[in-house]
Amino acid sequence: MSRLSKLSFSTIMLWAGMFFLYAPMLILVIYSFNESKLVTVWGGFSPKWYGELFRDQQILDAVWTSLKVAFFASTMAVVLGTMAAFVMTRFKRSWGKMTLSNMITAPLVMPEVITGLSLLLLFIHMADLLGWPEERGMLTVWIAHSTFCASYVAVVVSARLRELDLSIEEAAQDLGASPLKTFFHITVPMISPSLAAGWLLSFSLSLDDLVIASFTSGPGATTLPMVVFSSVRMGVSPKINALATLIILTVSLIAFICWYLARRSERKSLPPAM
Amino acid sequence: MKRPLKFRLPKGQHWIIGLPYFWLLLFFALPFAIVLKISLSTAAISIPPYESLVSYADESLQIMLNLGNYLLIFEDSLYVQAYLGSLKMACITTLGCLLIGYPMAYAIARAPKKHQGVLILLVMLPSWTSFLIRVYAWMGLLSNNGVINNVLMWLGVISEPIQMLNTNFAVYIGIIYTYLPFMILPLYATLSQLDGSLLEAASDLGSRSLNTFWKVTLPLSKGGVIAGSMLVFIPVVGEFVIPELLGGPDSLMIGKVLWQEFFNNRDWPVASSLAIIMLGLLIIPITLFHRYQAKSMESDL
Repeated sequence: MSRLSKLSFSTIMLWAGMFFLYAPMLILVIYSFNESKLVTVWGGFSPKWYGELFRDQQILDAVWTSLKVAFFASTMAVVLGTMAAFVMTRFKRSWGKMTLSNMITAPLVMPEVITGLSLLLLFIHMADLLGWPEERGMLTVWIAHSTFCASYVAVVVSARLRELDLSIEEAAQDLGASPLKTFFHITVPMISPSLAAGWLLSFSLSLDDLVIASFTSGPGATTLPMVVFSSVRMGVSPKINALATLIILTVSLIAFICWYLARRSERKSLPPAM
Repeated sequence: MKRPLKFRLPKGQHWIIGLPYFWLLLFFALPFAIVLKISLSTAAISIPPYESLVSYADESLQIMLNLGNYLLIFEDSLYVQAYLGSLKMACITTLGCLLIGYPMAYAIARAPKKHQGVLILLVMLPSWTSFLIRVYAWMGLLSNNGVINNVLMWLGVISEPIQMLNTNFAVYIGIIYTYLPFMILPLYATLSQLDGSLLEAASDLGSRSLNTFWKVTLPLSKGGVIAGSMLVFIPVVGEFVIPELLGGPDSLMIGKVLWQEFFNNRDWPVASSLAIIMLGLLIIPITLFHRYQAKSMESDL
């Protein structure tokens, strides 16, 4: 009976959905080892496209640019997002708090073309009026990415802040710790898993973003998605298959490590009886 | 009024509220004001390619608001069709994601507690690997000599390839594929918090499982359905990459038109007006999403 009830409609849909999510990526990985130049015709096993990939200077430069932007953007996003989350969860309901929480959640759903367009027009205006930024490039992409990633961090961190037991912080303050000291010695260690999660989420969002980067970037700063997009627009290429495979493997590996660490720390914090 | 706030954060409170506030005002709110301003200006052949709203000549300050861009958009059937096309695309794909995502989220929420984390990770994992690459994977699958056509021909189902790439069908598949995780996550969040005793009570009282689903489970997960649908619907309206890569010349979507007006035609005022109207269309779904967000935050407290 239990076997039968397990094969319910929703379980079947779950596995069909998983197949739908993973089959295209699996096929992509398989075809990245295709000898043939034609992406869809199997010409035997060969890792030669990986070699080609590592000789493509344009792609390597773009990877480096993307990694730098993502690193700085996610760091800034964690700072901004955590501060915003703190305001959203700890401050009294007020006009200022409401506008802040509306502004921070808006980029979550805003269509990217609108965000990208509006930021580009802002940068052009600023350059006109203030002479800064002189030209668009890594700095402007960094600002744009920090802004929209901060929203995701704020959501992740505020969920954690809400769960926290306030009495620990109050105890620290009663014992004479300054608010700043309380924050760094008590609050930050307690919310550190969500800070790490927010940072990683921002990092992958920034690495992945094409539309906003295309609007806010200048000639000197081409990110990886921009290179991939312009090459994919020309048609499918086996080099992109190899690149895609590497990205899929890296992300899966990082996700697996994070999941494993999270599970281990969860086990530790549970009482031994469990 | 100010005292409780001061008690918690006597020092540095201005910094904590000030920095994110200032940043968001500068890089989120102000840009929209600029888009609004440019949407009311006239296109010109200059750098930047539009005329200033305010002019001062002969000791008179003139503010010229040009509504021509908006009139143009409403008169030209191309733009109207692009808006309608985007809305239709967003409605159909949201429904598709809901139909596929709800049973999946339900199955995950019903799975043993220790498996739920892994299953949610498996659902979210694709959305962390590049979005562009997942769209690209479908290009290889759907093309005329792609995997799907080859398999179907080998099976003898079809004798010649079906044109799938560069059609609206491909865009539907691509959007449902990329946005499915965003539907499942909020649905799972509400379904996993569902009180199991309510379902037990319903079945004790003799309700069949399908009836229980319609009368108990679905109404209780309304918040998740709204949040998930809005998380899909709103970005899809402005989608540019998927119709550009998978769609054909007839898949007209407003994000694509905006992009072309801005980068190819360099008509900044019209592009800005297109963005403002798009935002106007999305005000209701965005408010719905915000209301849900605010509600779920308050219920957590």
